[in-house]
Amino acid sequence: MRQTRAIELGTGLFVLLGFSALFFLVTQITNREFGFSDGGYQVVASFEQVGGLKPGAPVSMSGVTIGHVQRIEYDFTEYKARVTMRIDSRFNQIPDDSDAGIYTAGLLGGQYIGIAPGGSETFLTDGHQMQFTQSAIVLENLISKFLFSKAAEKQDDQP
Amino acid sequence: MLSSLTREILQSLRFALEALGAYALFLVRLLKEVPRSLLRFGLVVEQVHNAGALSLVIIMLSGLFVGMVLGLQGFDLLERFGSEESLGSAAALGLLKELGPVVTALLFAGRAGTALASELGLMRATDQLAAMEMMAVDPVRRVVMPRFLGGVLSMPLLAAIFSLIGIYGAQLVGVQLMGVDTGQFWSQMRSTVELGDVMEGVIKSCVFGVACSLIAVYEGYHSVATAEGVGRATTRTVVISSVVVLLLDYLLTAAML
Repeated sequence: MRQTRAIELGTGLFVLLGFSALFFLVTQITNREFGFSDGGYQVVASFEQVGGLKPGAPVSMSGVTIGHVQRIEYDFTEYKARVTMRIDSRFNQIPDDSDAGIYTAGLLGGQYIGIAPGGSETFLTDGHQMQFTQSAIVLENLISKFLFSKAAEKQDDQP
Repeated sequence: MLSSLTREILQSLRFALEALGAYALFLVRLLKEVPRSLLRFGLVVEQVHNAGALSLVIIMLSGLFVGMVLGLQGFDLLERFGSEESLGSAAALGLLKELGPVVTALLFAGRAGTALASELGLMRATDQLAAMEMMAVDPVRRVVMPRFLGGVLSMPLLAAIFSLIGIYGAQLVGVQLMGVDTGQFWSQMRSTVELGDVMEGVIKSCVFGVACSLIAVYEGYHSVATAEGVGRATTRTVVISSVVVLLLDYLLTAAML
């Protein structure tokens, strides 16, 4: 009887350890935050170019995470990428003329949506479509623009 | 000459197919017994203790060392590209998706699989299984099933513990020894690793758990009833398990990527 008790105790400890390891991996190592999606409201924004933005990427204001990207679709009426974000209900005083842009965290980091507040007196609500957006910067475009402008300058210098 | 060679090849192909069929039939037989053996959960708990709790020390030690090596190698590799701060995500993804499930399964085959196979083989060699049949006790139900289920239930938990300790091992080497920033290590990891990556590892380790436990109980149960037979069953368990785990790993990775 004593021995069975010891076996059960050891097994219980093992199972507890295993499940807490799993729980820790799911909650602490991944970017998923549980209990975040039960409140909150959805906001939609259209971008010319979303670059490497992925569902689950953070939405931040001044570096504070206020929500996450939920869906990215292609809108054939506007010919633009349509990004649905879920903003936590705590942040319910964002002016509705705020500007949404796609930025990169660090040189090699993932992309996120940064919101710069506007000056309107009315706030963003569920289902609102944001008017002012700024596309992701594609490095190749930037470099080719730079090179073309350099080439144009040279041609101007030597007629 | 040629015809004898082709005959031999066909023959071995037939043996392989027969073995595969026998394994499949044995698995179906075991799966049929699952609900009934869940009623006698005490037996399963005992086997979870044998297969899981007793493998804990070797799993934790190996996880620590694998993580530490990953920290060193990952740092060396990433430093060449000037992106040491990605060490956290590289180590976590490597451990969660590949090394955790695979190394755990290989260690499991060596630690718990051999124990299962030799135990069952010895029961066969000493006629204990035949004695049970004489008493109208189904040895598959009473002896094989709890051992199989114990292995299946233990594997995902062991793999999770392995991965977690491995990540801390990588952090130990990367942050304390090589000087990667702690904040960057963890924040990069959190921003790259997704729930799907963790789930991929869990699914893999569940499949490996079924495969390793099935191979161990099959080889033990069907061993030749001699001392030599027990030894051969144990060896076959390790060899077949290792090859099957690596093969399944490739197939699962290709399917889930």
